[in-house]
Amino acid sequence: MATTAAPAQAAHLNEHSYGEQSGIWSWLTTVDHKRIGVLYLFTALTFFLIGGLEAEIIRMQLQGPNGRVVSAEFYNQLFTMHGTTMIFLAVMPLSAAFFNFLIPLQIGARDVAFPRLNAFSYWVYLFGGIFITLPILFNVAPNGGWFGYAPLTTKPFAPGLNIDFWVIGLQILGVSSLAAAFNFITTIINLRAPGMSLMRMPMFTWMSFVVQFMLVLAFPVITVALVFLLFDRFFGTQFYETAAGADPLLWQHLFWIFGHPEVYILILPAFGLVSEVLPTFSKKPLFGYPVMVYSGMLIGVLGFGVWAHHMFAVGMGPIGDSVFALVTMLIAIPTGVKIFNWIATMVQGQLRFTTSMLFGIGLIALFTIGGISGVMHSSPPADLQQTDTYFIVAHFHYVLFGGSIMGIFAGIYLYFPKITGRLMNEKLGKIHFWTNFVGMNLTFFPMHFSGMLGMPRRIYTYDSGQGWDTFNLESSIGAYIIAVATLIFAYNFLTSRKRGEIAGPNPWGAGTLEWTIPSPPPDYNFAVLPTVTSRYPLWEGDERDAESARINSQEGKTAADLHIVMPYPSIKPMIVAGAMVIMFSGLIFAKALIFVGAAVMVASLYSWLLSPLEPEHH
Amino acid sequence: MSAPTAGHYTATGLDSRKIAIWAFIGSECMLFVSLISTYLIYKGRSLVGPYPHEAWTSPSGQHFNPILNIPVTSFSTFVLLMSSLAMVLALAAVQNKELPKRTFGERVLGSSKLWLWMTALLGTTFLACQAYEFTSFVHEGLTIRTNLFGSSFFTLTGFHGAHVTAGVIWLLTLLAIDYRRGLGPKDELNVDIAALYWHFVDVVWIAIFTLVYLIK
Repeated sequence: MATTAAPAQAAHLNEHSYGEQSGIWSWLTTVDHKRIGVLYLFTALTFFLIGGLEAEIIRMQLQGPNGRVVSAEFYNQLFTMHGTTMIFLAVMPLSAAFFNFLIPLQIGARDVAFPRLNAFSYWVYLFGGIFITLPILFNVAPNGGWFGYAPLTTKPFAPGLNIDFWVIGLQILGVSSLAAAFNFITTIINLRAPGMSLMRMPMFTWMSFVVQFMLVLAFPVITVALVFLLFDRFFGTQFYETAAGADPLLWQHLFWIFGHPEVYILILPAFGLVSEVLPTFSKKPLFGYPVMVYSGMLIGVLGFGVWAHHMFAVGMGPIGDSVFALVTMLIAIPTGVKIFNWIATMVQGQLRFTTSMLFGIGLIALFTIGGISGVMHSSPPADLQQTDTYFIVAHFHYVLFGGSIMGIFAGIYLYFPKITGRLMNEKLGKIHFWTNFVGMNLTFFPMHFSGMLGMPRRIYTYDSGQGWDTFNLESSIGAYIIAVATLIFAYNFLTSRKRGEIAGPNPWGAGTLEWTIPSPPPDYNFAVLPTVTSRYPLWEGDERDAESARINSQEGKTAADLHIVMPYPSIKPMIVAGAMVIMFSGLIFAKALIFVGAAVMVASLYSWLLSPLEPEHH
Repeated sequence: MSAPTAGHYTATGLDSRKIAIWAFIGSECMLFVSLISTYLIYKGRSLVGPYPHEAWTSPSGQHFNPILNIPVTSFSTFVLLMSSLAMVLALAAVQNKELPKRTFGERVLGSSKLWLWMTALLGTTFLACQAYEFTSFVHEGLTIRTNLFGSSFFTLTGFHGAHVTAGVIWLLTLLAIDYRRGLGPKDELNVDIAALYWHFVDVVWIAIFTLVYLIK
C-alpha cells in the first residue's frame, strides 16, 4: 500500500508544487501567497543565521575578561545589527512567512486580498534587509543600538554613515510591514469562507489579526520619529537638538510607543502557532477559545499603554511611573490566562511529544520565566536596579528566544509537511530541540546573575575580579551550543525537503481547514470554497465540512480543470520595490538616484495599477 | 484600475479595496497624530523667533511680527472644504452616469469631469496658498532650520501638503480615465476610495487649522 501510494504522491510533488511554474523567473514574478510565504521563510532564516553569527562574535568577545576579538567600534555595530536583524529581518518576517502561507489556508481563501501588494511587501523587505545589512562588511553598519536613541544618533554625536543606513533602512522596512498589514486585515475580514465566522477562526489567524492592527497603528509612529531624525541629519531641522530647546525624551517616547507594541508584534504570532500545536498534539480543542481571543485583544490594547516602562530611569516623576507600572503589571493577567489555557489544553489530552510539541511546551516554560522577570522590572524601584544591566538582556531573550523563536520552531516543525509535502526528520528534530533548549538556558540564565552583579549592557569588554567571569564563560558556551543546534536544524530542514517522508494532507491528525487540502497545496488552495460549521472542521464538523474536505483533499486537478481564475504573475511589484529602495538610497549615495528611483517607481506603479490582476470572468 | 475581488466571494459582501482604504486611513491617523502631537509639545519651546502668534525682537534688535497669516489660511481652508463638496458631487455624478439628464442643471450636476476638475483645481489652489505661505515665511526669516517651531510646522504642514499633492495626482488620473473611456457606475468604487482619501486629508486639515492656526 505504502509503496504504491508513495510514487503517485511524489509525482504530485513535482508537478503541482504551487502550480506548474518553476525556475527563477517564476519566483520573481509570483503572486501566490504560498510561494511568497516560502520566500519569506528562506530569506528570514538566512537573516536569522546572520543575526546569530553576530551574536556568536559578541559571545566570543565577552567569553573572558578583556577580550580582544573585535574593536569597541565594531562591537557597537555588532550588537546594533544583532538586535535590528533579529527583530526586523528574522522574527517579524518569520511571522510574516506564516501569515502568508497559513492565513488564507486557515480561513478557506484562494489567496490574500491583494496578491501583487503581497509580493511588493516581500521585495521591499528583501531589498531593505540587504540595504541595512551590507554596510557591516564595510565597517559602516548602524552602531546606535536597535533603539537608536536620539539625540545620540543625531549628526553632532554620530557623524558617520552608520546611522544614515539605519534610519533609511528602517523606513524602507516599515513600508513592507504596513503594506502587508493592510493586506492581511482585508484578507481576514473579507476572504473568510462561508461559515468561517470570526469566532471560528483558528487561533493563529486570530493572533495574526491582532498583530496586523498593532502594525497599522504602531508603525506610523516610528515612521514619524525616523522622519524627524532623517530631517535632522540631512536637512538641519532641530527636532532632537537639545541646544535649541528640543525635548531629549521626544525620541524615547515616540520610539517606545512603537517599540512596546512591537514586542507583542513579535510574540503574538508565536502564541498563535503554539495555540495550533498544543491542540493538535493533545487531540483536544484549544481550552477556553473565547478567552484566548479576548486575552489576545487585551494584550494588543494594553500593549499601547505601557511604553514608558522602558523609561523609568529618565525621571518621569511618581505619577508617570505609577501609571505605567500599573498597566505593565495588568498586562501580565491576559498573558497568564494564555499560559494557563495552554496547560489546560494539555490536561487529559492524548499527548504526543513530537518535536513541534516539545518546542510548544518549551515556549510555555521559557516564556513564563521571561514573563516573571518582566513583571519584576515593571516595578520602578526594582527596575532602577536592573535597567541597562544583563538582567534585562536575560529577560528579553527569555521572551524573544524562549518565546518567539521557540514558537516559530514549533510552527516550522508543524507546518513543514504542509509547505513541502514531506515530514522533517523527527530524530534530528528532537536532538535540535534538546541542544537548543540546553544551549538557550545556559546562555541566558547566567545573565540574570551577571546582571544582578552589575554588569552593564552593551559594554565591549570588562575587567576580571567583578564576579562576572564564570557567568560570561557559561553564556558563551551556551551560545556555541545554540550554534550547533541551529546547524542541526539547518541540515534537517534542507535535507528533509528532498528526502523526508511523504506527508499526505494531514500527517498529524490536526483539526483545522489547512489540513483538508493536499500537501503542498495546489496553487488555488481549495477546489471548492469550504463550508465551515465548527472551529475544527476535521474533528467536530458536520457532513458539510466532511464533504468539502473530501473534495478539497483530491489531488492532481489544475486550476484550469476546475475553472478557477488565477491571478497573472507579475514582475511589477518587484520593480516598484526596487525603485523605491534606489530612491531612498539616493539620500546616501547620489541625489540623482532619488529622481531616477522616483521616476521608475511612479511609472511602474501606474503600469501595475492599470494592468488587470487576473483574466476576465465569464 | 483592476478589480481584485470582482466576481469573487467575499465574507462581508464589500469590495476588499474598501476595507483596505479604511485600514490605510487608520494608519494615516496615527501618522498625523504623531506629527501634530510633536508640534503641540514643541509649542512655546523655541529659544528664538519668529513665533507663530507672538512678536519677537532678536538680540540684534530685529523685529519679527507674529508669522501666521490667518486670513490667507482661512481662505485656503475654505477652498479645501469646498473641494470636499466637489468630490461628493463627482462621486454622485459617476454613480448616476446612466440616469437621463434633461435640464441644464442636471447636466451640470451629472458631469463627473466637471466635478473632478473642480476638486483637483480647488486642491491645487490650496497647494498654491501653501506655497505662498511657505515662501513668505522664508522671506520673513522662518525656515525649517530656524527653530523648533519652524521644524515642526514645516514638517507637519509639509506632510499634509504632500498628501494633498498625492490626492490631486490621483484625481488627475481618474480624469484621464474619464476622458479615455468614461467613468461609469462600475467605477464607483475607484472614485469612492479616492473620495474617502480626499475627505480624510480634508479632515486632517481641519484639525491642523484649529490646533496650529486658531488656538494661541
